[in-house]
Amino acid sequence: MKKFVLSLFVIVSFGFYVIYQNMGNSSVSFTAPVVANNTTKKLSKKTIANTSSVPVQDNSSTQVAVVPVITPSKKTGIYNDGEYIGDSVDAYYGYVQVKAVITNGRLTDVVFLNYPQDRSTSVRINSRTMPILKQEAITAQSANVNGVSGASETSPAFMKSLASALSQAKV
Amino acid sequence: MKEIRTIMGMPAKIEIIDSNATKEVFEEIFNYLISIDEHFSTYKKNSEITLYNEGKIAEKDLSSDMKKVFKLSQETKDQTDGFFDIKYNGKIDPSGLVKGWAIYNASEILRKKGFKNFYVEIAGDIEVVGLNNEGEKWAIGIRNPFNKKENVKIVYLSNCGIATSGTYERGDHIYNPKEKKLAKEIASLTIIGPNIYEADRFVSACFAMGKAGVYFIEKLSGFEGYMIDHDGIATFTSNFEKYVKNN
Repeated sequence: MKKFVLSLFVIVSFGFYVIYQNMGNSSVSFTAPVVANNTTKKLSKKTIANTSSVPVQDNSSTQVAVVPVITPSKKTGIYNDGEYIGDSVDAYYGYVQVKAVITNGRLTDVVFLNYPQDRSTSVRINSRTMPILKQEAITAQSANVNGVSGASETSPAFMKSLASALSQAKV
Repeated sequence: MKEIRTIMGMPAKIEIIDSNATKEVFEEIFNYLISIDEHFSTYKKNSEITLYNEGKIAEKDLSSDMKKVFKLSQETKDQTDGFFDIKYNGKIDPSGLVKGWAIYNASEILRKKGFKNFYVEIAGDIEVVGLNNEGEKWAIGIRNPFNKKENVKIVYLSNCGIATSGTYERGDHIYNPKEKKLAKEIASLTIIGPNIYEADRFVSACFAMGKAGVYFIEKLSGFEGYMIDHDGIATFTSNFEKYVKNN
């Protein structure tokens, strides 16, 4: 019974979260799937050579968006270990069904069993259910290069200023 | 031969490995890029785009290049679910696409002249064709968004384009047309695509998507992406690593 109540809580809160996200915010608000936590933890954590300016934080901080789903802020306390399959929930853009995995009393994984993929309008929203992409902490590279790709450092203000300077400079 | 000049207020670099490159070829390419700037710069008082925005040129009287860019912009807007939009505060600013398009066209001119190994760059957006002066793939660094003197990744490329959008130290400058605010969820996004036109047009749109942008790229066949968030953590697409090896 306890399991049932718990899974219901997880499912319902997730359902509300999904609905809330899609109602309140028409643009993408990407939520990293919890699975990423496991994946990232396996990666070796390198500090950034020669760079004190790059803040590297604990991986868990990169997954903050998931917190609203699992925060056991009230009595919930510790979960029972196991896998819990949620209901198929209408998330407006289609049906979503997930499986929650609890390990050592904590939500460690959310697996998407079903998500809309039949409509092109869902493509973007679906990004949160995409396969987990690889992650790494950035590190300075010393190899020689032929060129460097980076955002142009020209700001609109800089360009405007330059253009006005050039117009004055015109003969 | 290689040469760097300032065009569109930005450094433009052309390198041609083939031995038959001449000064005239460089001149022609730089002149082409300057002519594009004359038409498309929203910072120039008498550019075609400025005159159009001021209502001094009717749509039907626009040059074929301008009409083409409008058409490509609409196409890109449709393909990115509205995240790419050249309309901003009631004015048209196609600069999110023109730079890559201009580099691509410059590369096409070189291709048609029979050149097989060359590099064309404007301010960090690069098209590479063939091999570099050591007979290897072109080694391109991805700049550290937190320290512009550093590269955080080296990719080895041939016959493709690479473009990066970022915030860097000058502050946020990419506008999210969907939420009508500046995009600042991520620090930098690099896209490698079949050519610089394709890479550049998608990088502006995907940067505006924030953390979801790299997932959008994952779905685009022929494209790979490398996103860096404000914590210095990079997320990259599943086949990105094929570019990290030099072979």
